[in-house]
Amino acid sequence: MSLLTEKESVFLAEKANAIRVSIIEMLLEAGSGHTAGPLGMSDIFAALYFKILRHNPKNPTWEDRDRVVLSNGHICPVLYSTMAHAGYFPVEELKTLRKFGSRLQGHPHREWLPMLETSSGPLGSGLSQAVGMALADRIDSKQNERTVFCLMSDGEMDEGNTWEAMMLGAKEKLHNLIAIVDRNNIQIDGFTEDIMPLEPFADKWMAFNWHVIEIDGHDFQEIFDAVEKAKSQKEKPSVIIARTIPGKGVPEFEGKYEWHGKSPNKEEAKIALDALRTFGGKVVSEHE
Amino acid sequence: MHSALLEVRLLANTNNMLSVSQKLSPKLFDHDVEMVPIRKGFGEGLLEAANLDPRVVGLCADLTESTQMHFFKNAFPKRFIEMGVAEQNLVTVASGMAAMGKIPFVTSYAMFSPGRNWEQIRTTIAYNDRPVKIIGSHAGISVGPDGGTHQALEDIALMRVIPRMVVISPCDAIEARKATIAAAKTTDPTYIRLAREKTPIITSEESSFEIGKANVLFQPVTGVVDIAIFVTGALVHNAILAARILEKDKIGITVVNISTIKPLDESTILRVVRGAKAVLTVEEHQIAGGMGSAVAEFLGANFPIRIERLGIRDEFGQSGTPVELIKYFSLDEVGIVNATRALIKKSA
Repeated sequence: MSLLTEKESVFLAEKANAIRVSIIEMLLEAGSGHTAGPLGMSDIFAALYFKILRHNPKNPTWEDRDRVVLSNGHICPVLYSTMAHAGYFPVEELKTLRKFGSRLQGHPHREWLPMLETSSGPLGSGLSQAVGMALADRIDSKQNERTVFCLMSDGEMDEGNTWEAMMLGAKEKLHNLIAIVDRNNIQIDGFTEDIMPLEPFADKWMAFNWHVIEIDGHDFQEIFDAVEKAKSQKEKPSVIIARTIPGKGVPEFEGKYEWHGKSPNKEEAKIALDALRTFGGKVVSEHE
Repeated sequence: MHSALLEVRLLANTNNMLSVSQKLSPKLFDHDVEMVPIRKGFGEGLLEAANLDPRVVGLCADLTESTQMHFFKNAFPKRFIEMGVAEQNLVTVASGMAAMGKIPFVTSYAMFSPGRNWEQIRTTIAYNDRPVKIIGSHAGISVGPDGGTHQALEDIALMRVIPRMVVISPCDAIEARKATIAAAKTTDPTYIRLAREKTPIITSEESSFEIGKANVLFQPVTGVVDIAIFVTGALVHNAILAARILEKDKIGITVVNISTIKPLDESTILRVVRGAKAVLTVEEHQIAGGMGSAVAEFLGANFPIRIERLGIRDEFGQSGTPVELIKYFSLDEVGIVNATRALIKKSA
C-alpha cells in the first residue's frame, strides 16, 4: 500500500472542506434538500475526484473514464459540489440547485446534466446499473481498463432490488465493480437499526460472496487503501463499507438523523459555515 | 405507404376486400391457416438483430425458452445474461449495460416485466433515455390455464404513460420478428408485447412494417365504411373474420392493425375514420388505458366520433383455454360482430 504524502492529505482535506462549504451554501440558497448525507460523504467524494478516479473534467465523455453511479440520488449536493470543484462546471452554478431551469435538478437527471453517468433518486437501483456497466465491460474485455464505482447508502439496503444486484454481481464475479456504502446509520425515520436492522452488515455482504472492506470514511489513507485493495481483488466484486458521521464537519449537525432530509436556515447555515471555515476551531475564522 | 382505397383490390377466391398492398397471408381465411406463437417471431427476430449488430445483448429472468430467447442464447452465449427470478434487477442492469453502449433486450412475462418493475423502467430506462427493449411475453387472457395472476391486462397502459417509451403490439409472429429487428435499430426505450399461444399468421414476409405505422388490412367492397375497427395483437385475425361476416350483411368495415400503440399513427387513423359512422377498438387489455384509450384520446380531441372499446372491463382474467377465454370476454369474431351491430344501432 502506498502512503499518501502529508501534502496530499492536506490537499484532500482542504478540498473536502471546500466541498462542504459549497454544500451548505447551495442548500441555504435552495431552501430544501438533504444535508447530513452530503456532509458525511464529502471526504469520500474528495478522495475519489481528486485522487482516485480516472476522469477528465474537461472531457466528461472520455470513453476510458471510471464510471461513478450515485445510487442514493438525494445526496447529490455532494456530487454537484465535488464536480464543480473538480472543474466540470462553474462553482457559481451550484447556487442554482433545485431552481426552475437549473441543470442541478433536485435529484440528478442526466438529461439536464449529461455528464452524469445516471439519473437517480428512487432508491435501490444504482447497484444494478453499476452491475450492468461492469457486465458490459466484461463482454467487451475492458475489465482491466476502467472501474465502475457505485456510491450507495445504508438506508437503501432496505430495497430488495439491491440484494438482487448483489447476487448477480457475485455470480458474474465482477471484480471491476466497487460499491461504497455510506454506513452512517441514519435514514429519514430514524436510526437504521431501529427502522430496519442491517447488522451484521458486513457479514451479509460476505455471505453474498462479496469482497468486504470496512473503513473509517473520513480517513483519506483508509479510503485510498481500500480502493487499492478492491482493485487488486480479481475474483469478486468489492464493497467498501465506509463508516461515516452524518453531518460531518458541523458539530451541531453530526449524528442527528433529523438532518437527513432538511436544509439549513440562515442561522443554521452560519453556524455550519463558521465551523467549516475554522476547520472546527482548528484555524481562526477570517470571514467575520 | 398504402395510401388509399385504390390500393385495395379484390382477392381471388374471396369476395373480401383484403388490402393487396399489405400482401397478407393467402391462407388467412383457411381452416388450416398457419399457426405460430407471436413470441417465436420475437425469438427469431432477436437472433437476426444480434447477427446484424454486436451491441445487442439479451437478459432474461429465468424464462429463456418460454420467452424464446434461447435461439439468441445458444448462438451468443457470451452476450446472454441469466438474471434469475429478479425482474427489478433485469431492467436496471439492462439500463447500466445500455449506458456502456449495448442494446439490451430483456424478457420475462408481461405480468412481471413491466408488471413488477415499473418504477425502475421509468427512472433508469425512460428518464435516463436508454435504448433498452422490454419484451413482455404471455400478455393478455390468451395465456389461458395459468389464470389471472399471469394474464397481463394492464401492461399497455403502464408503458404508454411513460414519456419516450415506444409501445409495440405485433399481430403475428412475422410482424413480431420485423418489430424486433426494427426496435434494435432505434435508440428509443421500447416495449414489445407478445402472446404465448399459437395464433394465425396474418401477414407475410412482404407485408410492410414500420414502427409508428398502422396498416389498413381490410376495407369494404363498396368503399362505404360503416365502422372503423382498430385492433391490436392476435385479435387482428378475429377482427378480419368479423369484418367478412359483416360484409355479407352489407355492413362496411375497415380493419386497421394498430401494431404501434405509441406513437400512434394519427394520420392513418384520421383518414380511416372520416366517413365512418363509429369506431370500435378491440384489444386483449383493460379498456382503461389501453390501445382503445389511446385512439379515443386522439379522436376526442381531433375528430369527435362515437367510440366503443372492446376489451376487458375492469376485471381480472381466470383459468381456461385461450379459446374459452377469448369467447367469454367477447373478443372472438362473434363478440366483435355483436359489438359492431350494437354500435351501428346506437349510431343510427
